[in-house]
Amino acid sequence: MGFLTGLFWLAAVIVGAMAAGWVFRTAVIAVSPHGVAREFRTMPLTAGFGLLMIVIYVLVAVFAPAIAPFSETAIVGREYQAWDNVHLLGTDNLGRDMLSRLIYGARNTVGIAFATTALAFILGSVLGLLAAVVGGWLDQLLSRMVDVLMAIPALIFALLLLTIVGTSVINMILVIAVIDATRVYRLARAVAMNIVVMDYVEAAKLRGEGLWRLITREILPNALAPLVAEFGLRFCFVFLTISALSFLGLGIQPPTADWGSMVRDNATLISFGDITPLLPAGAIALLTVSVNFVVDWQLHRASGLRE
Amino acid sequence: MTETNKDVLLSMKGLRIEGRADEEWTEIVKGIDLTLHKGEVLGLIGESGAGKSTIGLAAMGFARDGCRITGGEITFDGIDLRAASERERRGLRGKRIAYVAQSAAASFNPAHKLIDQYAEAPVRHHVMSRSEAEHDAVDLYRRMQLPNPEEIGFRYPHQVSGGQLQRAMTAMAMSCRPDLIIFDEPTTALDVTTQIEVLAAIRDIVEQFDTAAIYITHDLAVVAQMADRIKVLLRGEEVEEADTRIMLDAPTQDYTKSLWAVRSFTRPTQPPVEKGVTPVVSVRNVTAAYGVIDVLTNISFDIHARRTVAVVGESGSGKSTTARVITGLLPPRRGEILFNGEALPPDYRRRTREQLRQAQMIYQMADTALNPKLRIRDLIGRPAQMYLGLQGKALEDRIKDLLSLIELEPGEYIDRVPSELSGGQKQRIGIARALAAEPQFIICDEVTSALDQLVAEGILKLLDRLQGEFDLAYMFITHDLATVRAIADEVVVMKEGLVIEAGPKLEVFQPPHDPYTELLLSSVPEMDPDWLTHLLEERDAGRAGADVEPAGH
Repeated sequence: MGFLTGLFWLAAVIVGAMAAGWVFRTAVIAVSPHGVAREFRTMPLTAGFGLLMIVIYVLVAVFAPAIAPFSETAIVGREYQAWDNVHLLGTDNLGRDMLSRLIYGARNTVGIAFATTALAFILGSVLGLLAAVVGGWLDQLLSRMVDVLMAIPALIFALLLLTIVGTSVINMILVIAVIDATRVYRLARAVAMNIVVMDYVEAAKLRGEGLWRLITREILPNALAPLVAEFGLRFCFVFLTISALSFLGLGIQPPTADWGSMVRDNATLISFGDITPLLPAGAIALLTVSVNFVVDWQLHRASGLRE
Repeated sequence: MTETNKDVLLSMKGLRIEGRADEEWTEIVKGIDLTLHKGEVLGLIGESGAGKSTIGLAAMGFARDGCRITGGEITFDGIDLRAASERERRGLRGKRIAYVAQSAAASFNPAHKLIDQYAEAPVRHHVMSRSEAEHDAVDLYRRMQLPNPEEIGFRYPHQVSGGQLQRAMTAMAMSCRPDLIIFDEPTTALDVTTQIEVLAAIRDIVEQFDTAAIYITHDLAVVAQMADRIKVLLRGEEVEEADTRIMLDAPTQDYTKSLWAVRSFTRPTQPPVEKGVTPVVSVRNVTAAYGVIDVLTNISFDIHARRTVAVVGESGSGKSTTARVITGLLPPRRGEILFNGEALPPDYRRRTREQLRQAQMIYQMADTALNPKLRIRDLIGRPAQMYLGLQGKALEDRIKDLLSLIELEPGEYIDRVPSELSGGQKQRIGIARALAAEPQFIICDEVTSALDQLVAEGILKLLDRLQGEFDLAYMFITHDLATVRAIADEVVVMKEGLVIEAGPKLEVFQPPHDPYTELLLSSVPEMDPDWLTHLLEERDAGRAGADVEPAGH
């Protein structure tokens, strides 16, 4: 009986999610201009749902102070209070409102993850494209440096660096960005290598175009699709890394709310059969899945794999 | 027709096939009727998009991904292929109907030896055992006149030349002694000299085993050698069908006549250059190498204003490398390039903007020569903006002028991206981009070889007109001697990095020839259906370049 009920709920959630995706897609097509609407029409329901979730996360992150019922750090009750009308999701190990912290956590975790991924991308793709276009010793130098960085397991390396430079948000962003930039570099270089040999790049070189224009006008627009897809995936990895670091105590420092450390702080409750500490983990999982839905759709489009 | 029905091997009635593009199904084959008798060779000709290959595949009851057969009947030897199950059709394919694709290099699995791939079909269809198949392979390799028939099967596809690979593929198609073979442009990717060997081998083997064949090509002269009957297609519809000789002598439809007429395009040859005039471009004793291997040895020739110099030769002869040396992409080891009498820096990065402007290039594949993400406005506006400093209104006007020059309606095309253009239009944009720099000299690297004949003719006429208007000097790289006949003033024949012969077209094309030039010239297919037979007889008798090895063998 329990199994059947579980199955029913699972089906209900999937149907509900797809319905939400469909409603969202229809709405987007209705409001966007003709050219853009055409793009969205090819969007599968999963991507529609993913996009809807991302939009909700962003809205929650931006308007956190307006939405959250209590402040991020204020102690408003006893420890580990159960769910009630005032504290909808109860309170944490210090008596702070769980729902408020969950909402502020979106802002911190997602915001920092986005900044880190953006930095990793700027760093990785600029160097990758440069290596592909210039080639020769510059390519060798950059590629071997990247090889060295990639030879060390990412999480261990991040822990090591953070222990050396000290834990702060800025340090964490820089460390993760550098480590992830190596992956972006490899992709950008590989994609650009295929574009550099095209006749139109040769034509641009023979025309006497400078390096900057060659990269921005001839190569980057043609490398954009795989890079955008990689951005989505990379965002998930960065997000998980931050949460993992926070869980281990080297990430975002208290009292700032973030989902990784919220799981750790309240982990005791799990042994009492309370699902509250798993909610931040669920929030992480939902965003990761949503981003991947959208990325899948983009990858599909970029690679021309239809059906 | 009822008496001959017993002989009918394949018949299609009202065949309709749809293809999917942009989420919509459009009809690409619009009701084709086709009858093929046992032992007969039918030539299918038409431009790209005519539906030739689609019909060829439909003869096996097969539709490509994104295509579907929507109507009509396909009957092969009494079997209704549309009604047959996939299992039945699979039983026929390879065994009774075989397919030879355009690019053997792309169709062979590079990870397996030729003979393993040969044996796969007969063993799978239980026609022969593995050892029988291997014996048979050697026999067929011998009949296809492949060198070392005993050993060649044990090589991997990358270890044999393109022409040999194409013959090995034909042999493979023959492995189950099929009743029908579909040849889809089997010689299009080959040099003329290699093409002869493949054509002769295909024709022999088809005759020996009395196999019926559908021969798909866009080259009329080739189909004239191979087919008993010819069917002309245009945009999925039949234009006309007749016996080869009748079709060649007296085509009835205007479209067919226009196809035939393309070959007759010529332009008046410019008078020889007077002595003492400085050539626009002068290649002086150039030796160039990739790594340590010399690919050009002591090349010298001149290109004068308003003249077209055609550089001909087989693949690997160094034609394109010469272009790379002139443009500065490959600095030569020895020798120099003079431009209006002055030496150019060997590396393009050292050349001034003015020097770069004067020499422009048009590429073979317009698809890869135009940045797919830029609009036509930016593609052809950029050189004008960069070299001539045009901005705003002046630039806009210049772009529109250029579009009118290449016979495209400015208002309609200026904001398109390359993917919204046809192949010929893309090539025109390539020409406009070269013209935008207002150069004195343009290198045309196989500019027409990826285009249909009618479109190619349009491009040649355009280039000819522009040459007259702007006093351009052309270096025309090509392997197609018909093009050379049509537009060249002077000819440079290259082989293995050497200039074999150079001079005015009339001199080079008049006997007596250098033996290699003779081989090249005699290998260009002619519209005469007996041409191949005569040529082979002559070569057996030791004439027509018989004693010269084609390059790369």
